[in-house]
Amino acid sequence: MNRRQFLLHAAAGAIVAAPSTGSGQGASGAAKVLVVGAGYGGATAAKYIRLWSDGKVEVTVVEPAARFVSCPLSNLVLGGSRKIDDLTLDYRGLERHGVRVVQDRVEAVDPGKRRAQLAGGAALTYDRLVLSPGVDFVWDRLPGMQKPGARDRILHAWKAGAQTTALRAQLEAMPDGGLYVMTIPPAPYRCPPGPYERACQVAHYFSRSKPKSKVLLLDSNPDVVSKGPLFKKVWQERYGGIVEYRPGFLTVDVDAGARAAISELGDQVKGDVLNVIPPQRAADIAVRAELADANDRWCSVDFLTFESTQSPNIHVIGDAIQTAPLMPKSAHMANQHAKVCAAAIVELLAGRAPNPRPMLTNTCYSFVSDKDVIHVASVHAYDDAKKTLLAVSGSGGLSSAANELEGVYANSWARNIWADSLG
Amino acid sequence: LSHPSFALAIALLLPMQPARADEGAQLAATCTGCHGTNGITVGDALPSLAGQPKAALLASLKAFKSGERSATVMTQIAKGYSDEQIERIAAFFAAQKSQPKAGTTGASGAIRDPAAAGASAVPPGAGS
Repeated sequence: MNRRQFLLHAAAGAIVAAPSTGSGQGASGAAKVLVVGAGYGGATAAKYIRLWSDGKVEVTVVEPAARFVSCPLSNLVLGGSRKIDDLTLDYRGLERHGVRVVQDRVEAVDPGKRRAQLAGGAALTYDRLVLSPGVDFVWDRLPGMQKPGARDRILHAWKAGAQTTALRAQLEAMPDGGLYVMTIPPAPYRCPPGPYERACQVAHYFSRSKPKSKVLLLDSNPDVVSKGPLFKKVWQERYGGIVEYRPGFLTVDVDAGARAAISELGDQVKGDVLNVIPPQRAADIAVRAELADANDRWCSVDFLTFESTQSPNIHVIGDAIQTAPLMPKSAHMANQHAKVCAAAIVELLAGRAPNPRPMLTNTCYSFVSDKDVIHVASVHAYDDAKKTLLAVSGSGGLSSAANELEGVYANSWARNIWADSLG
Repeated sequence: LSHPSFALAIALLLPMQPARADEGAQLAATCTGCHGTNGITVGDALPSLAGQPKAALLASLKAFKSGERSATVMTQIAKGYSDEQIERIAAFFAAQKSQPKAGTTGASGAIRDPAAAGASAVPPGAGS
């Protein structure tokens, strides 16, 4: 397609979509973007489409939750130094940008009619759809977790909120001398350093309040997936005798009654508290819309626009995508996907070509105690020849060691990315 | 249908012609996860970038990139950008208003401040 055809295509799309503005969604004539999910990705996309279109594009967000609960920092709730309310925000900031926030769930998408069906009965039309649905769990890989009551007894706490506070309560109820067991799924999963940060937080809590208790990590992966040497040093130096790390333990089933993880070799490991982080894939709505083409799990996108390779006019951002090399599934990355996608959508709706040179950054902080932090950072640029985002050679890196200054920066990061995404 | 003016005519008939995020704005937006929307930074752990003189921003970014100035993260991030990109980023933040307009930015009341809410985990200096 040359530029002229592209313009025609884009213009025709806008005209075809025009009659749908009679559905009562807003002022007639404006282009409409529907965003599914108001986490770090969806909220940022909604806000930046409003900002960068000067308020000329109508943006509606559909989000099942009444409030936003941050996954980053939620391990500190398990460690005891934060409360879930500290990480809970409302969506009024988005509304101040003119974003319409609808508390509902998108059940199905009709790409031909550019229409989304909501659980509550309404249907919303769009010119472009942004899916930022996050992850769902591949429960059929853990048959025991499909039994009645299993998921109430064995928690994941991998979506922050009620699961997080419930797991904290299990840790508090555990007698001193108990064993906390965490299973880690095969990569890729949401937040690569997250399980190892969680191990530090639980060990921090035990070291203060239950010094005879232990943490056992059963990792499906052959080694620590992120910040490995830094985490191992912390476990050895700060939490020696508390944290035990067992790589290559592929959890294939769970005995919820016995609180036991079962490996592919038939090994059973019981805990007083068992925390199963299940295998993950793009959330249900992306799978149902037939966008999860990569291993039937993740959604491939064009990295210039984050438009799905499977369905035109549908963009996918955040943890649900098939990532580019060295790109983590992180909150910060979702915020960055959202901005590339928002800028591209504003251009496409105006019949212009998107920026051919998008850039992204990532910074992931991990708390190894209530104060001390380590980070990993990277910069990614679009590569024309390979048509993907690649880490820029010579950039990025890790902390040299855990330190309190980065604890200050990590808290500052949280406040600023919350403001940038939701405020 | 292949005449260029036809595409132009169609484009002019579009019901809206949104503004655009120029490349400077998009490059600067890669910084704002940590430094706040348009460089208006929440809290006092980091200085606000919005409205700082371009020369000062440029000098800092170049010093981070060369390693002349040490940092936890910025030495690693600055190396990912060309000198031309750094120039555009500095120009963008220098052109922003240093104070947020009430109710329109990330520094608004929607973002609760855990330090102000009495959380004990925020280290000294992180709160506002």
